[in-house]
Amino acid sequence: MEIEEIKEFSKAIRRTAVQMAYNTRTSHTGGALSQADILAVLYSGVMNITPGTKNAPNRDRFIESKGHNCASFYAALALKGFMDYDELMEQYCQNGSEYFEHVSHKLPGVELSTGSLGHGFPVAVGMALGSKRSGVPFNIYCIIGDGEINEGSNWEALMFAAHHKLDNLCIILDKNGMQAMGDTKDIMCLDPMADKIRAFQWNVCDIDGNDIQQLLDAFESFKNCKDKPTFIVANTIKGKGVSYMEHNLKFHYSAPNEEELRQAMEELR
Amino acid sequence: MRTSFINQLLEEAKINKKIFLVIGDLGYHVVEPFMEAIPERFLNAGIAEQNMAGVAAGLAMTGYNVYIYSIGNFPTLRCLEQIRNDIAYHKANVKIVSVGAGYAYGSLGATHQPTEEIGALRAIPNMIVATPGDPVEARAIAKFSAEYNGPMYIRLGKAGEKVAHSEESLTLSAGDILPVLLDDGNKKAVLACGNILAAAKAQIEEQELPYDLFSVPFVKPLNKKQLKAIVEKHPAGMISIEEHQASTGMGSAIVEQVSDMYAAGELKTYPAIKRVAIPDEFAPVVGTQTYLREYEGLKIG
Repeated sequence: MEIEEIKEFSKAIRRTAVQMAYNTRTSHTGGALSQADILAVLYSGVMNITPGTKNAPNRDRFIESKGHNCASFYAALALKGFMDYDELMEQYCQNGSEYFEHVSHKLPGVELSTGSLGHGFPVAVGMALGSKRSGVPFNIYCIIGDGEINEGSNWEALMFAAHHKLDNLCIILDKNGMQAMGDTKDIMCLDPMADKIRAFQWNVCDIDGNDIQQLLDAFESFKNCKDKPTFIVANTIKGKGVSYMEHNLKFHYSAPNEEELRQAMEELR
Repeated sequence: MRTSFINQLLEEAKINKKIFLVIGDLGYHVVEPFMEAIPERFLNAGIAEQNMAGVAAGLAMTGYNVYIYSIGNFPTLRCLEQIRNDIAYHKANVKIVSVGAGYAYGSLGATHQPTEEIGALRAIPNMIVATPGDPVEARAIAKFSAEYNGPMYIRLGKAGEKVAHSEESLTLSAGDILPVLLDDGNKKAVLACGNILAAAKAQIEEQELPYDLFSVPFVKPLNKKQLKAIVEKHPAGMISIEEHQASTGMGSAIVEQVSDMYAAGELKTYPAIKRVAIPDEFAPVVGTQTYLREYEGLKIG
């Protein structure tokens, strides 16, 4: 897929996620938007998976560990035909449906239900180990958040994956700089993030996570790296793409109103 | 008991290529035969139980039947949310195996005494809870778990438990309650689970108590039909005995099931049920397993 096409796809993901938040008055739009470009690149040919191969034993696996940001993940799946777009828009967060506001494995194309932070990374590690031990080759991609990485389970998994040389595992840190109560630098300082992970003996790419070309290059680095797992520090902007949402904690919690929706759609055209 | 279990698991794993044993850096002089025979399906995950439980879920999702093995509270309470979300919610084929049930590590203190985890694990949907009472049951549970596709907790004792059953081997179905001592004239039944089974048997035999004895190798599920038959055959009631807190343990599970059956009209009378279990405290003194059982009043009668 050409870069311009991927950019259009990421805009479509963003438009869908914002519309879902508006329709259902749901939260976490900022984090859904910061990761939209990562999802767009992954589902534009980086990953070996299609709606037709979503249950194949050798499919690539994707885990959205920051499950509260599921709107953009569901949007990517719907736009790529893993789930029905109209059904998603009608049933998301509606009583009795399976379109939960946190990522649900009951939906097509979803490997793992998440929401409680610090779970996706170890499960992704287990899948990577399963591929190595069974000899069925596939890659595992997992997005985690920079607030999420406060959880100790991630650091257990960091040690484990490097020790076992799981070079089929790619962790993408959506480093949007904010968590529930403010800026990560004020709550639990992570920097120098890339140096920390390098010290754990990972292949590290420190990039602009809202830049399509840099993301493509990072995934290429992952595929070329042997004997080390890859950790992409994707420096992103929370709320990216909608000016009034960017680096605005309000949109960790609030849904846009009618005027804000109109402006968002204008900016995401 | 732990060696009986692991040896049986090794036998199963030689035939069943899905079985994968992951240890949390424990099992010295127990797991080595497995490690040497099947290194490609063995792993030491280190001292990191949250990761171990998550890794087990991920491994299971690629097709393995994964056993995670450690002491008491570590593969259970330490990573309870991973068990709930990653394993049970996804119905992942993971067996959580703990060793040192109750006061087996008596002298090591409360940190090493799993006395609440039956309650924690049995509250989780999709989870089977197995509490083998002797080495024969431990082998039978190993065989059962090798075939069973889904989440399961297996609570083992330590070493040197006496054999309570006269049969050399047993085949179990989920929920089975097993007779150990029966006499036609007995009007009261004792239900024991875990490694206190042999102690209960010895007490009944030595004191010539007029009680039938049953082992409860599954706290969840409980076979309703078998439990109903035991209730109806023992008009003087039942005594449950276990090395676990009274709250949420096996005795609680029995009371809940009996109460539900009575409320639904499936039992004509409500039986007297005495629960012998730990009285809501951490053992305040050091002692052997036998000493601590005595100290906490874990005796029939």
